Amino acid sequence: MTKDFPLYRLHPGQNGIVTRLSAEGLTRRRLLDLGLVVGTVVESIRKSPLGDPIAYGIRGAVIALRKEESSQVFVRAKNS
Amino acid sequence: MGLTRQSFGAASLREKFAISTKSGQKIIALAGNPNTGKSTVFNALTGLNQHTGNWPGKTVLQAQGSFYYLDQEFVLVDLPGTYSLLANSIEEQVARDFICFADPDATVVITDATCLERNLNLVLQVTEITERVIVVVNLLDEARRKKIQVDLGKLEQELGVPVVGTVARSGEGLDDLKQKIYDLAKGRINPKPTMIKYDIRVEECINTIEPLISELHLGRLNTRWLALRLIDGDMTIIEGIEQYLGVNLSDSFKSEVSLEWAKVQVN
Ligand SMILES: Nc1nc2c(ncn2[C@@H]2O[C@H](COP(=O)(O)OP(=O)(O)OP(=O)(O)O)[C@@H](O)[C@H]2O)c(=O)[nH]1
Ligand SMILES: [Mg+2]
Repeated sequence: MTKDFPLYRLHPGQNGIVTRLSAEGLTRRRLLDLGLVVGTVVESIRKSPLGDPIAYGIRGAVIALRKEESSQVFVRAKNS
Repeated sequence: MGLTRQSFGAASLREKFAISTKSGQKIIALAGNPNTGKSTVFNALTGLNQHTGNWPGKTVLQAQGSFYYLDQEFVLVDLPGTYSLLANSIEEQVARDFICFADPDATVVITDATCLERNLNLVLQVTEITERVIVVVNLLDEARRKKIQVDLGKLEQELGVPVVGTVARSGEGLDDLKQKIYDLAKGRINPKPTMIKYDIRVEECINTIEPLISELHLGRLNTRWLALRLIDGDMTIIEGIEQYLGVNLSDSFKSEVSLEWAKVQVN
C-alpha cells in the first residue's frame, strides 16, 4: 500500500481515492456533503491561475476547493 | 418579540420570507443541488406568473411564482441550489429555513439522473425534515444518452416518497409532477420516508432531547430532526426557532442540550 497524501498535491489529470479526512466539525461535514467519503474517486481537474482553489471532479460534479479544505482530505493515487 | 408565540399562518410567512400568499394557496418549495434544473422546472410550471427579489436581509436571489392545477392554486418558491441543508453557507441557510420554518405544503427535490448518488445526500436531509417530499429525477434525456438507466420504482420504494422522472427542458413528466404535487398538497397521499437510524449513542441523545423539544410545541417542526441538529452543535437552528417561530428558548433548555452535545463529542 502506498502512503496517502493531502488532496491538494494530486496533479491535474490524476485520480485519487479518499483514504481519510483530518477535518473536524462543520468543515468535515461540508466535505462529506460534497461527496468526499472514504473510497470516493476524486479527479484533480485544473488549478486556478493562482493555484488556489483547485477544481475537482467528485461524483459527477465539478467542485472547487480551497487549499485550506483540500489539505484536510487525504487520498492515495489511483493507478488507472 | 415577547415570549408569546406568533401565528404560523400565511401572514407571518409573507412577512418573514417575503412570500406573497392569498388564502387557499398551497406553498411548494423547489430544492436541489446546483444546476439540476430547478429554475427550468420553475419556469415551466409558472410561466410568466413569477417575480423575483431577494430573500429578506440576504443578497440571495428569490424567485416565486404561481400556477393552477385543476381547482388548486399553488405558489412555487425556487430555492438556492445546495449540496446540503446544514447551513454552512447563506444559501444553505435560506433553503433550510424555508423548508423547515415556512412549513411548505410540499417540498420538491430536483435531482440529476446522471449523478443521482451525489444528489441523494440532499434528498435524505430533506426527508429527515419533512415527510411531504416529492423527488424529481430530471435530465433523464442526458442519462439515456449516457446509457444510464434509473429504476424509478425501486427508488420510490427505497426512499418512501413519490418519485417522478422528467426532462424539464422538453416538458416530459411535468404533468405527472403537477398531479403528484396536487395529491400531496391536498393530503391524498401521505409519504412515509425511510428513517435513518444512527448509532446507539446518538439515538440515546435523541431520546433525551426530543421530549424537551416536544414541550416547546413548535407546530409541525420535526422534533427528531431538531434534536439531531442540536446534537450536531448547530446554533443557527436555535436562531431560526427564535427568529421564525418567535419562541425564546430558556437557558435551562440550552444547557441541557449542550450537555447532550458534549456527551456525543467525548465518546
Ligand atoms: N438536457 C437537459 N437539460 C436540462 C434539463 N433540465 C434543465 N436543463 C438544462 O440544465 C441547465 C441548468 O438548469 P437550471 O434550471 O438553470 O438549473 P438550476 O437547478 O436552477 O441551477 P442553479 O439555480 O444554478 O442551482 C440549463 O442549461 C437547462 O436548460 C433536462 O431535463 N435535460
Ligand atoms: Mg436556478
